[in-house]
Amino acid sequence: MSTSSPPRPGAPRPSLGSRIAALTGGTATRLVLVLIALVWLLPTAGLLGSSFRDSADIADSGWWSVLGDPGQLTFGNYEALLYNETITDSLFVTLMITIPSTVLVIVVASLAGYAFACLEFRGRDWWFLLVVGLLVVPVQVALLPVSKLFDLVGLFETTPGVVLFHTAFGLPFAIFLLRNFFAEIPRELLEAARLDGAGELRLFFRVVMPLGGPAIASLGIFQFLWVWNDMLVSLIFADAGSPPITVALQQQVRQFGNSIDVLAPGAFVSMIIPLAVFFLFQRQFVSGVMAGAIK
Amino acid sequence: MSYGSGADSPELSASKLPGPRGAKGGAAGKGSDTPGRTGDAPGRTGGSPGGGRARKGSSGGGGSAMSVRPWIAAGFLVPAIVLLGTLVVYPIGYSLYRSFFDAAGTGFVGLENYVQVFSGDGFTAVKNTLVWVIVGPSVATAFGLLFAVLTERVRWGTAFKMVVFMPMAISMLAAGIIFGLVYQQDAERGVANAAWVTVHDTFAESSPWPGARPRPDSGLAESGGGSYTTESAVDREGGATDLPLVGVPPQELADAEPAKKPTARDRAGDEVVGTVWLDFTRGGGGESGAIDQREKALSGITVEAVRGGEVVASAETGDDGTYSLPAEAEGAKLRLPASNFAEPYGGVNWLGSTLVTPSIIASYIWMWAGFAMVLIAAGLAGIPRELLEAARVDGASEWQVFRKVTVPLLAPVLGVVVVTLMINVLKIFDLVYIIAPSATQSDANVLALELYLSSFGGGGNQGYGSAIAVVLLLLVVPMMIVNIRRLRRENRR
Repeated sequence: MSTSSPPRPGAPRPSLGSRIAALTGGTATRLVLVLIALVWLLPTAGLLGSSFRDSADIADSGWWSVLGDPGQLTFGNYEALLYNETITDSLFVTLMITIPSTVLVIVVASLAGYAFACLEFRGRDWWFLLVVGLLVVPVQVALLPVSKLFDLVGLFETTPGVVLFHTAFGLPFAIFLLRNFFAEIPRELLEAARLDGAGELRLFFRVVMPLGGPAIASLGIFQFLWVWNDMLVSLIFADAGSPPITVALQQQVRQFGNSIDVLAPGAFVSMIIPLAVFFLFQRQFVSGVMAGAIK
Repeated sequence: MSYGSGADSPELSASKLPGPRGAKGGAAGKGSDTPGRTGDAPGRTGGSPGGGRARKGSSGGGGSAMSVRPWIAAGFLVPAIVLLGTLVVYPIGYSLYRSFFDAAGTGFVGLENYVQVFSGDGFTAVKNTLVWVIVGPSVATAFGLLFAVLTERVRWGTAFKMVVFMPMAISMLAAGIIFGLVYQQDAERGVANAAWVTVHDTFAESSPWPGARPRPDSGLAESGGGSYTTESAVDREGGATDLPLVGVPPQELADAEPAKKPTARDRAGDEVVGTVWLDFTRGGGGESGAIDQREKALSGITVEAVRGGEVVASAETGDDGTYSLPAEAEGAKLRLPASNFAEPYGGVNWLGSTLVTPSIIASYIWMWAGFAMVLIAAGLAGIPRELLEAARVDGASEWQVFRKVTVPLLAPVLGVVVVTLMINVLKIFDLVYIIAPSATQSDANVLALELYLSSFGGGGNQGYGSAIAVVLLLLVVPMMIVNIRRLRRENRR
């Protein structure tokens, strides 16, 4: 630490306080950081701890009592979850919503991003400004009108409806991100391909898409997690009879006190995929979330 | 907005607005901070200064190679336009239109729905949303700043950042369930109250036997504030002063020792001795006021000798219920202070009507402080070391360096973080919906929840719901304009 270097001659003597800080600073900082990290981990540890205790123990004492009595730990809740069809089905539904939404956003936004970045056409900048304007539109604005619209065309309370909604609201950010990325592809590459007689579609698939890999990966991860973690949209547009995992768990929440043995393991199962993505693709995850936070 | 200000962070450059094709050398250089991208663009350093304009000239002949027939561009754009048009743009128009009509959707009511939002049913929601917007982002940013500064020079700072950033990965629903557990009222179960009660009881002693009280005819009388005092003064000659109590559920005493009469040896000196016990025999029998065989001792009870309103001595009963006061207690009255009998401290009602909103905001901060931290850490990395060193050499304390150099230099990043979180907070729904128990849901209400409840949750007033939607939209319009202006500025560069 630079503060521990001796004061240079001529420089004012550091105050007593700062010298004490310099001496103790390192250790104190580390201690404070460890404490904060523990506090930050505590809530999640509570969920994890609770998920491995049977309902009698949950009702009887706090999850931290497992620290003194590890014998309470049981896989019973997870086993029960395995046979809980509402939950297992809901995980499947979540995938059926999440995967198509992610793929669709990538495809549609790549096409549009390519047009905005690599093609000249009239009014291009105005169209793009419109997209940028839509970046911050809250989903709440569309809930009611789209539910009426979907009702009209038979998409209300169906998985395709949810997918379309997520795709549409993922688009402004996705187009914005990809267009900016594509815009940095060297013109020479495109020129050369065009001179060789490649059509725009060929250019798109052979040149732009492969080069867009990193941006598409970030976007894909962000959209995947966004949809996976969504509750509000599915609460309204998904079939309440076969809901995705977030809604299935939400339906249990009303009896919070006595359904922890389902909620805790269920919530943890719903977190496994996001956490895995977080730990495996940290870099893309951070860039995706950072960029996407403007939504 | 994370772009622009975060240019120095590799993680953030994907969101940066580099300006279309014509990006200057400088902007292109910044963009190449991303390792993945540097490799992708071997020819850029040579090609970028000229940008698109030079190319136009070179292609010559039948116009730019970039211009394509309109239908080709349209082909690329149609899917996006259709989806955005029907599911984002049209709904904005519809909500606006619908917000001027009544619940049934047939009668035009002008601005009545908006009046209802701000002064009627929606008032609590507006008020709470305001609290959220003011408190949530600023506190999350403050934490982020603190964490970013603290981790800067710690070697395992990355591990710490991972811990704090992790909640961003999980759903608000999961976070809601997690904090539902944290805030459980029962101090035996909710960790927040367990911690709070522990701290509280460290400073305020907890009472050993809540609910215990003397038998009516035992010679102990209520002496104000929940304490009990003997009616007559202690007389050592009269033998032990035994104090019988009742009112403790026997099962709580299952493990307690049987009450014992003070032995002659205990009285060897001049001490005033006696026993405090539960004067109740399980299953009946036993003599009132006498220590029967199976009756249990009450340990840990404070016995004070009071003379003339002043405590002259005090003692605590042992495991066998006996106490022993020094000789000064002779002639005094014995008092059992109220602290022996007070109800145990139950902790804080985190989800009660007064604290429910701050409690839920705390869970939001738990989720989003990591976001602020990562952005601020990126900004911090961009501050020239020499500036900080110079200040230190000039004798500034660490705090002064932080206050006078670091924070002002970080101001743009801090602004970006706060504004981004404000937009985010406006739409908060899941956390409130999940954490707030039904009893205090109306106290914790926010606009996004009120919208849901009024349009879908049985409220049945879609005109009012639409008005809330429009209000939410209007609140983000300034941000929309900032985005667009920034983009146009970058375009002109």
